[in-house]
Amino acid sequence: MSVIVRQDKCTGCETCVDSCPFDAIEMRDGRAFINEYCNACTTCLPVCPEGAIIETEAGAAPSDSGTKFADYRDVLVFAEQRDGRTAPVSFELLGAGRRLADRLGSRLLAVLLGADEAEAEELVRWGADRVYLCSDPVFRRFNDDTYAAALLRIIEEQKPSIVLAGATPVGRSFIPRVAARLRTGLTADCTSLEIDGETGNLVQIRPAFGGNIMASILCPDYRPQMATVRPRVMKRGRYDEGRTGEIINTGFKDLESRTRVVETVKEVSEISVNLHEADIIVAGGRGAGGEKGFKLLRELAEAVGGVIGASRAAVDEGWVPYSHQVGQTGKTVNPKIYFACGISGAVQHLVGMQSSDIIIAVNRNPDAPIFNVATYGIVGDMFEIVPMLTARIKELKGQS
Amino acid sequence: MNIIVCIKQVPDTAEIKINPETNTLMREGVPSIINPFDLHALEAAVRIKEDLGARVTALTMGPPQAENSLREAVSMGADDAVLLSDRAFAGSDTWATSYALAGAIRKLGADIVFCGKQAIDGDTAQVGPETAEFLGIPHVSYVRKIEWIRDNTIRVQRLMDEGYDVVESPLPVLLTVVKELNQPRMPSLKGKMAARKARIRIMGKADIDADEDSLGLKGSPTKVKSIFAPETKAGRMMLGGGPEEQVDTLIKELRKIRCL
Repeated sequence: MSVIVRQDKCTGCETCVDSCPFDAIEMRDGRAFINEYCNACTTCLPVCPEGAIIETEAGAAPSDSGTKFADYRDVLVFAEQRDGRTAPVSFELLGAGRRLADRLGSRLLAVLLGADEAEAEELVRWGADRVYLCSDPVFRRFNDDTYAAALLRIIEEQKPSIVLAGATPVGRSFIPRVAARLRTGLTADCTSLEIDGETGNLVQIRPAFGGNIMASILCPDYRPQMATVRPRVMKRGRYDEGRTGEIINTGFKDLESRTRVVETVKEVSEISVNLHEADIIVAGGRGAGGEKGFKLLRELAEAVGGVIGASRAAVDEGWVPYSHQVGQTGKTVNPKIYFACGISGAVQHLVGMQSSDIIIAVNRNPDAPIFNVATYGIVGDMFEIVPMLTARIKELKGQS
Repeated sequence: MNIIVCIKQVPDTAEIKINPETNTLMREGVPSIINPFDLHALEAAVRIKEDLGARVTALTMGPPQAENSLREAVSMGADDAVLLSDRAFAGSDTWATSYALAGAIRKLGADIVFCGKQAIDGDTAQVGPETAEFLGIPHVSYVRKIEWIRDNTIRVQRLMDEGYDVVESPLPVLLTVVKELNQPRMPSLKGKMAARKARIRIMGKADIDADEDSLGLKGSPTKVKSIFAPETKAGRMMLGGGPEEQVDTLIKELRKIRCL
């Protein structure tokens, strides 16, 4: 499939040139021309007022994945553990995986490395039909080689159609090695996963260009279809105490790693930051002005029982440690309430917090982009608003 | 010691806006920059060169214009610059990009390959680990500190969610780095002169012994089906009045939906 410009219809208006996310349209002799950087995403097709841009040779027949990939059926989730306990993102992946498996009428498999049987049983209650468990202590600590080798063996044996993993430091590090070896596609940081009704392919939606735009990605000609998902993006499924499933203990005694973790160091900052888990986050940005502003935010956080978040600007200024950073280069969060105080709302910040249930924005600039995503917007000075809010909330809590 | 630093020329995503009428990217006037994470990768390589002695090669895959980013890399201390450029590479996803990069790195030879943890236009963080897999060498992601290099071994700190791991790896190794690793230097005057005179070596598909079917759009397992603008949240409410009234309304609203 490729996209071309019908030179007889093109008027040279240049409308299409800027629409291309890949910079693949250039003007040649007063007509638009699509160069080799085209990804055939077809974004430019509806943009052309003349209808001069068309898709050709659709003859690259919609690959008949139904028969070609008949062997590849199940959905497989890589369930991550930390210190032997299943990480919350795993339950979210099981929620997403269960939905896809039900849609496909297939089984939901889970792989758990470095945890015990009790944790594996939890995965069943969260929706897995079968868990491949490897309790060998070699998996307690994360090494790319051992994790990749173990997951590869299970995938090669079970031939899942879809493989999901968390977009965590662990998943983002070793899953690409697995995809490279399997010669298949991997889509990072998906925010939505659906099954295409016609082809049965996995439709993977993810942000690109710093969250400025969303891309819908397919892996039509290779299996498995692999995707990573950020923590707190997918909803957990239903927890069923009585649910039963199969737990298969896998041996894997002979796996070796070239890298070696010699030490694991925990760094917990003064307010225990667990932004991923927090129900309420009170975040500050450049507008917080410094230590003084963050002191007010901490008081509000204490009053509402929340934790402190920050925009990149505040972290770069050194007012708050990096571990509090929310956004593209920080953490993605999804709390019930997100207070954004003195944060203008650069897209890089928005992509990390815009799925919060309720967003309360306080900013002096009425045109700040944060107000576009805010549930409640207050145009005003956070040095005035925040202490007032803290006092009112304390008052209310004192009454109850 | 030979060190290769993989860099990518990217549009400055902070400058990109969406055209509200057509829901498409407005790229006009958006400057091209070296991916910010890659500057930290380059700085790490140059510091190793200064401490232990090494030859640093900056490598990028991209269109001919990407030469600019290579010259910038030379101005910051890279000794050599290689542009992997061929029409056959166009449309590569992370799999095909890593495949081609690995082909070039194999030809050039490296004891350490540095990459930024991710590029700001795609944000996948996949090309580093995938390239290591194609090269058949170990990798460590999210390196925030290099503790030492000796006896053909490197010890680094890997940033994790709740702290860091201290990891040892034999060489050759591929490392992807985070911003905490260092502060990239500004180009020196001498560096700028070197950049102007630098000879950029161009490699194409014939130079990397590549399997034609594994290159470019054809070699890419993932396909971009469509591109669209992100949804904006509806139901927003601006709270009017003076500060006290605003706080009052907010408290009422939050109580109404049982959030307080």
